[in-house]
Amino acid sequence: MSILLVTEQQDGKWHRMSLEALAAAQEAATNLDSPLVAAVVGSGVGQLASELASKRVSEVAVIESPELAQYSPDGFTSALRQAIEQVKPRLVLFPHTYQVRDLVPKLAASLGGCFVSDIVDMRFEDGEPIFVRQLFQGKLHADVSASGAPPHLVSVQSGAYRADAVAEGATPAPIRNLPVSLDAGAVRTQAEPPYQDAKDAVDLGSAPIIVSVGRGIQDPDNIPQAEALAKALGGELAASRPICDNGWLPLERQIGSSGQTVAPNLYLALGISGAIQHVVGMKGAKTIVAINKDAGAPIFEIADYGIVADLFDVVPKLIEALEDSN
Amino acid sequence: MNIFVCVKQVMARDSVIRLDEGATWVRDDGLTFEMNEPDTYALEEALRLKEKHGGEVVAVTAGPARSASTLREALAKGADRGIHIEDDRFVEADTHATASALAAAIGRERHDLILTGLQSDDSGFGQTGVILAERLGLPHATIIMEIDASDSQLRCKRELEAGWFQTVTLPQPALLTIQSGINKVRYATLMGIKRARKKPLQRYTTDELGIEISAQQSVRRLYQPQQAKQTVFLEGGSREVADELLNKLRFEARVL
Repeated sequence: MSILLVTEQQDGKWHRMSLEALAAAQEAATNLDSPLVAAVVGSGVGQLASELASKRVSEVAVIESPELAQYSPDGFTSALRQAIEQVKPRLVLFPHTYQVRDLVPKLAASLGGCFVSDIVDMRFEDGEPIFVRQLFQGKLHADVSASGAPPHLVSVQSGAYRADAVAEGATPAPIRNLPVSLDAGAVRTQAEPPYQDAKDAVDLGSAPIIVSVGRGIQDPDNIPQAEALAKALGGELAASRPICDNGWLPLERQIGSSGQTVAPNLYLALGISGAIQHVVGMKGAKTIVAINKDAGAPIFEIADYGIVADLFDVVPKLIEALEDSN
Repeated sequence: MNIFVCVKQVMARDSVIRLDEGATWVRDDGLTFEMNEPDTYALEEALRLKEKHGGEVVAVTAGPARSASTLREALAKGADRGIHIEDDRFVEADTHATASALAAAIGRERHDLILTGLQSDDSGFGQTGVILAERLGLPHATIIMEIDASDSQLRCKRELEAGWFQTVTLPQPALLTIQSGINKVRYATLMGIKRARKKPLQRYTTDELGIEISAQQSVRRLYQPQQAKQTVFLEGGSREVADELLNKLRFEARVL
């Protein structure tokens, strides 16, 4: 039985996580000794299909229809159900995007199968995949196995696999159209074009140094301390989700799955526990420093330098030391 | 408007985690429990919609006996009644089992709108709401930041990735999963806590609902994650640590 990868694209451009999921799918196909079918879904996706065919895949499947030009849970569930019935895979992999979070639980429920969401790794034992998920906000990892009738649906966390690990194919893979019939009248959710709220968004993506605050900052009155440190380091101030939810800093300074993704030279995390939603937005930083009272905070797993201490003790001393050395 | 809000009881955020004997879940004893934080925003949104449009807010949970306290909290904050599908097995159940139980209970009643949090702080599947919608044959939208329910349609602001949003319109009844931070959640007042004691809290067993708890995925083993990096921990007095860190950043990491 094959492995099916469902990529994600928007207006003929890849979602960046599609190639990461392809790397995961190639690894699964090799280890499970299964053919890999890579699918593109949408309207006018011929170019992307050819691009995918140059990678090491057994076949590229095109699921194309004018009804799929825009995402809807009803339309995409119907299309993918029909595609899965034709391919009959044992495993279907997706990148864990917002669209996948909206779509795949519904698809799984309508197929009567399971969806192992947001995996960070896979292992293979006796020809069966074991999926690694993060539990309790990343404090623990779990080896998870799927049971029940195939296909098993799985989504891959951002950054868990590397897009540059995708293997090229020796010869272009065949491209096959998977015909689907869709009823526009059955689509109940109507979506308007996407927009951005912040007119003059801060471009944290180009900042070489970022000082970021989390719940540990405790009170909005303490934000200026972190701001002063950012200034002394010549960096930008950012925050994890709860800080922006509380309105202590504007949303455009938020790092994480719902905010910006950054990869600065230096990321200084103050009182940030390191929940998955935050970590996916900053784990690409060259050097990560974590200051947190809780020695068990998951942020220390990805930190290069860790200080287990009260940030209100350390931050003023850091500012002092920076001033002394200038 | 008949609004159902699904809430889950999870262990408190700062809990010290100890694995159970089989290392497939965590030990319950000595822990404190609280309402899953994302669900507190869903509850608040339900209460605000009721205040605006009238109707009823029903808080629903599938969980062990102790989760009744989370329903009482919802009642104290202003929910009109609670439904508790009580079974110890929900603690480790997968999202499919939980969603099926919620669907069986909610499906018996008239529902115009169902709200859930985005995901749970323990298992973190982020699927229960969407599966519940599919089980009940309802349209859904996820990661919602704003709800306008002033006519028979729901107009919602949905969060997309990287600071983008979109407006989605869907007919009622529907299910929405609520993004954390959509509102400022209220605290229960003393009066609210007092009133909650008299509010109806209905209990169902899985037998009464005619459901079976069957898992489609199971945890084989829980463990501490391996260090992705070799973290250098700096220790000592605050100034000493500050100097050492700047030193490391300048001469070892070379990022300053």
